Parts: sequence; C-alpha cells; structure tokens
Amino acid sequence: MIARAAIAALLLACAAATSAVDPVSPNGETAAGMSALDLRLKRLEAELRCLVCQNQTLADSNADLADDLRREVRSLALAGKSDDDIKAYLVARYGDFVLYKPPVKPITWMLWFGPFALLAGGGALWWVVLRRRARSITPTATKADTAGELRARKLLNGEDDVAA
Amino acid sequence: MKSLRWSLPLAIFVILVAFLWVGLSRDPREVPSPLLGKPAPAFALAKLHVPSETLATADLKGTVWLLNVWASWCVSCRVEHPLLVELAKANIVPVYGLDYKDEPDAGRAWLAQHGDPYTASIVDRDGRVGIDYGVYGVPETFLIDKAGVVRYKQIGPLTPEALKQKILPLVRELQK
Repeated sequence: MIARAAIAALLLACAAATSAVDPVSPNGETAAGMSALDLRLKRLEAELRCLVCQNQTLADSNADLADDLRREVRSLALAGKSDDDIKAYLVARYGDFVLYKPPVKPITWMLWFGPFALLAGGGALWWVVLRRRARSITPTATKADTAGELRARKLLNGEDDVAA
Repeated sequence: MKSLRWSLPLAIFVILVAFLWVGLSRDPREVPSPLLGKPAPAFALAKLHVPSETLATADLKGTVWLLNVWASWCVSCRVEHPLLVELAKANIVPVYGLDYKDEPDAGRAWLAQHGDPYTASIVDRDGRVGIDYGVYGVPETFLIDKAGVVRYKQIGPLTPEALKQKILPLVRELQK
C-alpha cells in the first residue's frame, strides 16, 4: 500500500515536472524558446533528406547545403507556404529522393504494396499446402496395433510391463 | 506440380539476383534530376569578371549551351578542369560557369591559375540558383538546348567518356 502511494506520488511529480518544462506561453513560445514555427520546421526537416550526406535528415545534417536548404525552407514557411508546398518545391528541384517517405504512385506501388502482396501470396500458398497435406494423410494406425494397445491398457491399469 | 517444388524457389532466386545485380551496381550518389526535359530555371546573375553586367537565361535562348557549376573551393573541379579548357579550345559549344557559393576574388584567382574555359562565369554567392538547379555536389554540368530545356545533367566531374559518348553527340544533335 505504501509502495503504491509512493509510485503515485512519483508519477504525479513527473507529470508536474514535464508540464513545467513546456507550457505554451500566450505568444506561442515554449519555455525552451521554440516558437510554433520552429517546431513545425523541425518536424518538416525531419521528413526531408540531406542530399549530401544521404542518410541524414535535413534537421540532423551539418552539411553546407543542408544549412542553405533549411534557410530556404524557413523563408518559404515565413512566406506562408504550406508543408506540402515546401515539399513540392524541393521535389521539383531534387526529385522524390528528397522525401524520406516515398509518395504512392505507380512506380512505387511495388515498394508500398509488394510486402502485403508477398504476405498474401505466402499465406495462400501455405493454405493450399496445408489443405493438400490434410487430404493426402489418411488415418493409418486405426485398429491394427492391438497388441500395443493391450500393453498400454495394462500399463495404465498399473500392471507390470511384462512385454518389456 | 512436382516441378514447382524446385522451379518456384529458383525463379524467386533468379528475380532476387537480378534486382540486387541492378540495384547494387547503381551509384546512390547519382540522384536522377527531375529537371531533365524541363525548362532550365531562370536566373539573372552578375558576371564574375564584369560584375556590373548580368547574364540571364533569356539571353541564351536560341543557343545550345553548357552550364558548369564550379567553385574555387571545389577539389574535384580541378579534375575536370583540363577537359573543360580543351572543350573551350575546340569551340564546339559555349560553356558558362556558375561560380557556386564562392568569393568572387577567389573565383577569379582560381580561373587565372587554372585557365578560364568559360564564355562567361556568373556568381551565385548564396547558392540560391544552385538550389533551383538541384545542385547538391559540385561540380555538376547541365546541357541546355535552344529552347532552354535541360537535356542532360552530369553529376560530379566530367569524364572524357561522358563527353565523347553522351554530351557531344547530344550537342551536335541539338545544334541542328
């Protein structure tokens, strides 16, 4: 009971601590100094690829080009462009590769739906094989093994295993 | 039905090998440009040697031209530079240089040292035009036709093979 109370107190303290960290003040600034725009850009940049260091996002990269692209993304956002507009701007220049999440279009259908098609195909194959096997297995050990059955019954009845 | 037992896995294996063969032999650094077949992004930039003059894409309508993105800080530009100088001497196609994110003074000094193959160089100090052209690794070279459409993009240094086998035949065809 005491332990439970202690845990509850701890959870409450944690909740209080987290809510103390990021209350949004009236002018849209969080305590950490991140404006709503900063947060939006951070989220957007995490979906965009830096083309110089290809396995990093725009948000993570220190490359010079990433700096320029972040500046460009920010100025577009300040000009009132939506996230989709900004992505379209970058795709027009660098291609779909700039997006971490590839768009669904005929050339990426295999990428998006291939795994599900494989799963369905594998499942169907599995089902067919199981059905065929179930049909091909005919009961073999019906009443043929009467001697073994007799021995088993004796053993179950607690008699000595004479046959052994 | 029995033959499926080995032919199906074999077929899957062959398909997998084919995909890996093609996929792994590709250079992931070469991102196909979405600009191919599209109008070259317009610019109007100051010339490197005559800063008071500007060069605009509109001025080049009606000619087939190469846009070579270079910079004095770019190491691999030195690799392709002799080739560009040679190309300029042959006088086949005008080459315009885009001095990308560079100090104009450093750019001029670099050209004085290594030779200037460019009909004109223009200065893209903040890299904005570079972004419009989807530049992500200098050097890059674009071939633009008479109508101002991008026909070819070379990512990385020009090579004698790329020049001889792809760019020059395309230039000749576009100049007709």
